[in-house]
Amino acid sequence: MKVQTIFSMSSPYRDDFRIKAYTFGEGEKTLCIVGSMRGDEIQQQYVASRLVALLKFAEESNRIQPGVSISVIPSVNPFSINIEKRFWALDNTDINRMFPGYNQGETTQRIAAGLFEFIKDFKFGIQLASYYLPGNFLPHVRMIHTGFEDVEDAKYFGFPYIAIRDPEPFDTVLLNYNWQIWETQAFSLYAGTTDTIDHEMARISIDAVCRFMTYKGMASLSMSGSGTQTPTIVEGSQLISIQAPHAGILIVEREAGQEVKQGNVLARIMHPYEGYQVCEIKSPVSGTVFFARNKSITFQNTLLFRIIEEGKDD
Amino acid sequence: MIQNVTSLEMPVDEEFRIVKNHFTNGKGKRICIVTGTHGDELEGQYVCYLIAKMVKENMHLLQGTVDIYPALNPLGIDSMQRGVPAFDLDMNRIFPGNSRGSMIEKVAHDIYTDLSGADMVIDIHASNIFLREMPQVRISEQTAELLVPYAKLMGIDFIWIHQAATVLESTLAHSLNSTGTPCLVAEMGVGGRISHSMCHQLVDGIQNMMFHMGIWQEEPDKSSLKESIVSQGNDAVAFLNATTSGVFITELHNDVTVKKGQTVGQIISPLTGDVLCDVKAPCDGLLFTLRAYPMVYEGSLLGRIHRL
Ligand SMILES: [Zn+2]
Repeated sequence: MKVQTIFSMSSPYRDDFRIKAYTFGEGEKTLCIVGSMRGDEIQQQYVASRLVALLKFAEESNRIQPGVSISVIPSVNPFSINIEKRFWALDNTDINRMFPGYNQGETTQRIAAGLFEFIKDFKFGIQLASYYLPGNFLPHVRMIHTGFEDVEDAKYFGFPYIAIRDPEPFDTVLLNYNWQIWETQAFSLYAGTTDTIDHEMARISIDAVCRFMTYKGMASLSMSGSGTQTPTIVEGSQLISIQAPHAGILIVEREAGQEVKQGNVLARIMHPYEGYQVCEIKSPVSGTVFFARNKSITFQNTLLFRIIEEGKDD
Repeated sequence: MIQNVTSLEMPVDEEFRIVKNHFTNGKGKRICIVTGTHGDELEGQYVCYLIAKMVKENMHLLQGTVDIYPALNPLGIDSMQRGVPAFDLDMNRIFPGNSRGSMIEKVAHDIYTDLSGADMVIDIHASNIFLREMPQVRISEQTAELLVPYAKLMGIDFIWIHQAATVLESTLAHSLNSTGTPCLVAEMGVGGRISHSMCHQLVDGIQNMMFHMGIWQEEPDKSSLKESIVSQGNDAVAFLNATTSGVFITELHNDVTVKKGQTVGQIISPLTGDVLCDVKAPCDGLLFTLRAYPMVYEGSLLGRIHRL
């Protein structure tokens, strides 16, 4: 295990800001795994740290293939995690809106550039990502359609779903997109929570990365589950979005991963003062809950659920 | 007449509203004054007040329509947050929005739709709490030909024509300009403050534009209007970024010309009493941006100079 500080910067009064990379094996830059990037990504940080422990063991027991080098960056933004702030400590900018970065630019552009300089030459890249809306997802691999994405490789994670969508203007500054532009095969893994640890989802994520490394011939690792052999590929347009018709207190009745029939109640909205039920939210289709909000209040129009409609799998 | 541009329910006994003041008199062109996209930028508040007052008290001079939108991000303004509270989103990265999208996307869509078709939209920004800007209009290269003459009518100090990154395609101005509604972005002052003289100057400039568009029947006091300095091209602007972290001290004001090698400021260490870095101008030019907030990290923007 080689530990490197790949980027550092002084701070007016705090300790130096540092990004550390843990590298296992020697040879071609084969796989890079990026953990937390925002201050609330505790689950992502935890999964990355467990992968470091696991790869250390794998290296010591000669399970990493010769000529293969695997790096893990558990956190790109320890400064924000340490003060429990989601975005950059001083100016509230999001590092994941700064790629590919600029080493003569603003602070978070420099952080992004420092990171990207180290990670851009890898053959494969995995970002343990979180969503900007509060809620739980079915475990899935997300890819942006750039022409360089490889769905066949994404299947090796054994996640039940692979989501692909066309790039929007804001995607051009994300890590995943820029990795692909620099010809790294990039995958974003979404599983479970963000700011608290979900052990089952952590296990599933770790298993998925191990499966990918094993099937791609980078390392031979044991896994606790078998994974999905034939994941469902979901294009953005196949997801049915369900929004709140009214604001109020939200009582969620269905979780991500649950099967629903058309007409099943997904959630109830309760009056915040008078306690009566304002409305029921019923599923317009039969299918599987892909995303479910996990906050207990909602604005009008807030996205509450995304459902994969049955029979629209391909 | 106060009108709702959009309204939505909030969770507990509150309605979310975007409002505008709609002044109209006879047939004529329509100008929209828009501000408050970023909740920490307040210069536009005073500009809106001055224009609303001017129009209200002189309706006989109006020939057409003036719509004033003082707060596109009312939750942010009322709670001193730049982005949209509860969503942690930059309101100026979600245009043109989506009528069937989430709350913020729907709000963006309703704002965009309401503004579409106007003969001119002026979107007033006030930098942020970190940087102080001299009055300027920012225009992307693609729209320069159409918009620069309008910007000059405003007699604004500085016109910055810049290259547009793809990510900026989701701003209000880009969304409007790319669908045929001309939109000028004014930047001036500093976040969290109101700079009276700049606001009066911008109001004179807007009045002059309204006069030339035939919307207002009286010329403004032209003494505050300037011959705009136009900056265009990749190398026209030099950026000064902090090379070390510390406390930035400056004796200068923005809107001064500097000589190459001149001290713009210093980054100091209060702990040791040392000057950590002497910040010098890399070229002769107009210092149109200057840092207002003293704490800096490596990379923090300290100033921008238009090369002369
Ligand atoms: Zn702004």
